[in-house]
Amino acid sequence: MQEMSAKALKLRIPLSVQVDLTYRCNERCVHCYLDHDDHGEMTTVEIKKLLGELASAGVFILTLSGGEIMLRKDFFELLECARELTFCVKLKTNAILIRQREAERIRALNVDSIQVSIYSHRQEVHDAITKVPGSLKRSLDAIRFLKAHGLKVIVASVLMVQNSEDYSGVRALASELGVDFTLDPTVTPKMDGDRSILGLNAGHAALQNLFRDPLLVGDVEQYCSLPANADADVLEDVPCSAGHTACYVSPYGDVYPCVQFPFPSGNLRRSSFIDIWRHSDALNEVRSIRLRDLPSCSHCVHVSACTRCPGLAYMEGNMRGPSTQDCEKSFARTGMSSLNLLSKIAPPITLVQIQGFSTLVALPETDQPKDAAHLRLCRLGVNSSAESPRV
Amino acid sequence: MSGKLYVARSSQVAARKLDDEMMIMSAPDSTLFMLNETATIVWETADGSTPLDEIVMAKICPQYDVAWSEALQDAEELVRQLAGHGVLLLSEEPLATASPPRSVQP
Repeated sequence: MQEMSAKALKLRIPLSVQVDLTYRCNERCVHCYLDHDDHGEMTTVEIKKLLGELASAGVFILTLSGGEIMLRKDFFELLECARELTFCVKLKTNAILIRQREAERIRALNVDSIQVSIYSHRQEVHDAITKVPGSLKRSLDAIRFLKAHGLKVIVASVLMVQNSEDYSGVRALASELGVDFTLDPTVTPKMDGDRSILGLNAGHAALQNLFRDPLLVGDVEQYCSLPANADADVLEDVPCSAGHTACYVSPYGDVYPCVQFPFPSGNLRRSSFIDIWRHSDALNEVRSIRLRDLPSCSHCVHVSACTRCPGLAYMEGNMRGPSTQDCEKSFARTGMSSLNLLSKIAPPITLVQIQGFSTLVALPETDQPKDAAHLRLCRLGVNSSAESPRV
Repeated sequence: MSGKLYVARSSQVAARKLDDEMMIMSAPDSTLFMLNETATIVWETADGSTPLDEIVMAKICPQYDVAWSEALQDAEELVRQLAGHGVLLLSEEPLATASPPRSVQP
């Protein structure tokens, strides 16, 4: 898959595209980033045309998501069309509307995988998050129908205040059901920029626990260790696949680099997909950015291992800036603050990072030293065996 | 091979051409295959109605400096391998016509 991605990157082929068929939903999850009203979804004809364009552009992995995909009355017609075009189709759903008959149809169309959102193994917690009584039972029943038909199911959970103690219970439930489990530790802002739901994020202690769970991260010591210094090659890397080999299409035909990166790049009601993909100024701007171009992050000790999301950075106000939520994850993982987090601490200071020493140095703006001996060291996560510092 | 061997693409798989190679994902076991240039030619021409020996004669031999018998032997090995993963269907009789594969716009 890596080889394929590298080739697609070189050829600028959109290997993977997520299409949200609708933002309408039959759940009202407390952490959801969408406006569920219908503001003019693409019609069946428009989506089928899009699917043809995506196939011609070389898209291989097609993720159909929402909202709740099963609320589209033409869902199976669209799925059939997608499979005729030989996409590798992945579905994201709450599965509430999937019964025996729907599971059979999905199986007959050879869908690659179905990701089902489960927020807790406890009904009172899951149903309180979805705000739909009985939703956990219905989703679990659906998973059993899908599994019975030999389909690959992935249980997906999101860590938040309400369920921060429950992920291991969901993982055990997934294991009992014989399905895969994935956990997203980040509640993201709403797509319209509203950041009010960020208060649902589980917080530092919960993240620390998460990152020290070997069943989730494997070798904890290695996972939580400080990353190696970034060499020139790392700084030449692209921040992520968004806009390079992947993109996102909203139910209204808006094209973005990613579902978490709502940087308007074109609309399919005005231009063809391939025209937007190849010529959009927005996508070309995203493509031009390398890690070395990130003013703060390129100098941060975490740069080579950070999960920085350019979309979250964009929603913070600057796509070349840091994504504070990812800085918080790096801090919870390693115990060392990022440059961005340090800049948020206390009065204005100039921060200098000493390469090779894993140590951060804070210089009061009014008291700039004349040489290194005057530095006031602000040591966070000190690596005592490190080599001598160089500024 | 005593008789003709017909090959057809399975409708169960996902497939897309990336440059001159074919990516194929087998849904039942989520196995990803990358076919090289010559294997891609066989895949693209596996319409269920053209026998494998004719595919090799018409599409492989003119493009590559290889003897027909040698190329056919390799092609048979390939199609049997892919058939084992459910990616291709094999028969000694013509099979139902498979829909043509999609190519990336130039």
